[in-house]
Amino acid sequence: MSQENLVQLHNIWVRYNGIPVLENINLAIKKGDFLGIIGPNGGGKTTLLKVILGLVHPDRGTVSIMGEPPERGRRHIGYVSQHNLFDRSFPINIWDTVLMGRYGSTGMFKHYNAQDKLAVEQALKTVGMIDRKFQQLGQLSGGEQQRVFIARALVTDPQLLLLDEPTASVDSAMQTEFYELLDHLKDTMAIVLVSHDISAISIYVNEIACLNRQLYYHGSKEITTEILESTYKCPVQMIAHGTIPHRVLKEH
Amino acid sequence: MFEALQFEFMRNAIVAGLLAAIACGVVGVYVTVKKIVFASDGIAHFSFGGVGLGYLIGINPIWVAMAFTLASAIGMGFIIRRTKLPEDTVIGVLLAMGMALGIIFIGLAPGYAPDLFSYLFGNILTVPISDLILMFVLDGIILILVLALYKEFLTLCFDEEFGAITGVPVEKLYFLLLCMIALTVVVMIRVVGIILVIALLTIPATLARQFTHNLRTMMLLATAFGIIFTFGGIWLSYILDLASGATIVLLSGIVLLGSFGFSKLRSKT
Repeated sequence: MSQENLVQLHNIWVRYNGIPVLENINLAIKKGDFLGIIGPNGGGKTTLLKVILGLVHPDRGTVSIMGEPPERGRRHIGYVSQHNLFDRSFPINIWDTVLMGRYGSTGMFKHYNAQDKLAVEQALKTVGMIDRKFQQLGQLSGGEQQRVFIARALVTDPQLLLLDEPTASVDSAMQTEFYELLDHLKDTMAIVLVSHDISAISIYVNEIACLNRQLYYHGSKEITTEILESTYKCPVQMIAHGTIPHRVLKEH
Repeated sequence: MFEALQFEFMRNAIVAGLLAAIACGVVGVYVTVKKIVFASDGIAHFSFGGVGLGYLIGINPIWVAMAFTLASAIGMGFIIRRTKLPEDTVIGVLLAMGMALGIIFIGLAPGYAPDLFSYLFGNILTVPISDLILMFVLDGIILILVLALYKEFLTLCFDEEFGAITGVPVEKLYFLLLCMIALTVVVMIRVVGIILVIALLTIPATLARQFTHNLRTMMLLATAFGIIFTFGGIWLSYILDLASGATIVLLSGIVLLGSFGFSKLRSKT
């Protein structure tokens, strides 16, 4: 296993109730990567992210984050989960939400200090939400909330940003803006984003991987390309690099 | 009302109401935002097993009830977290078993259980000094925990998954939260009783939530509402000669429903 890999997945198998969700996943994420993982709806992609984060333990295979097991290494990862999982009416404002990301550098029983507040301020500036820092989270639009959660991931000083379906609740006008934000961030950290929406991510990412873990149950109607034919043999497969995927995918 | 204060039982009732309002104001906020109302009710009902055992073995039922609430909090947390059994089913089963245990124990105990009813529905006018001291200590423990672990509990309630990634010990905190609920139940038993505990754990916090988006402010407001409700309830029960616990609960419930109605009306115009 190479040291320069941020994340290394080796021969990962995950089953839920005997049904295979991930089969023989091998993946290396390096510094500077901007990887899009696409695949049909209904699992698999999120499970893969959770395996990387040590939230799901694979039945077989090894995960290492910068040479450490995920439970330790995940402190280097900024995670933005699927939007719909949080309680919109939760009594919390933007500032406190982002401050939560500083826990790793503060620790138990201690109060957040000036440095933590500075980090929050910077992150909110980066995502363009500083002017609204005292607004309640639930009052924001889906796209704005997504920005706040990215800010929360950023204040953990991550080497890698993991985004799960980041544009699911973002209207198309805001999506461009959102991808431009990622485009700006990719210079300072590796980014992996997972989506079922091929067209949107293909324009910005450098690499695309396809994930289809349920070959036995799902046809892959959503993405019937020659690219996916190779996916049938192996659930994760790098398809192309550079600007090629953009053009290839735009055809359909 | 003021002439009533010359009675010791009335002064005790005021102190008991105050202590109960603090515990339910602070912990009730967690119970409602974390949506563990039913689990809290399960812990409350399970305490009846302890009350029954207290009668049977001749120990102050409140102390045995505390052992039962803590045991049920840990047991329930364990089953919810470590098994795949459906959470609400587990709570329902434990809740009923705790009540059944209580009845069996009381049946086995010799003689008649005189103030059994006050454990079930509360009687703030009969709280002995020894129980007041226990309530005071438990309030202190709860406040210290919340002050020390405020940011940890906030993360636990808002986003456990993210908390785990950043190193918050979410599992341990979850158990600790259930144990705080267990202690709160003990504080409340004398005031509103096992069956009505859940009202004071939910109503003041829910009412407070309508006025703020900050958890800390919400706790302060919920405590203030709790004080108003318990004192108002004591006063109403005194002048109308009604059961105190039930009066407190009904007063709180009516105010909450009224405020829902009012905000609905206001949003229409």
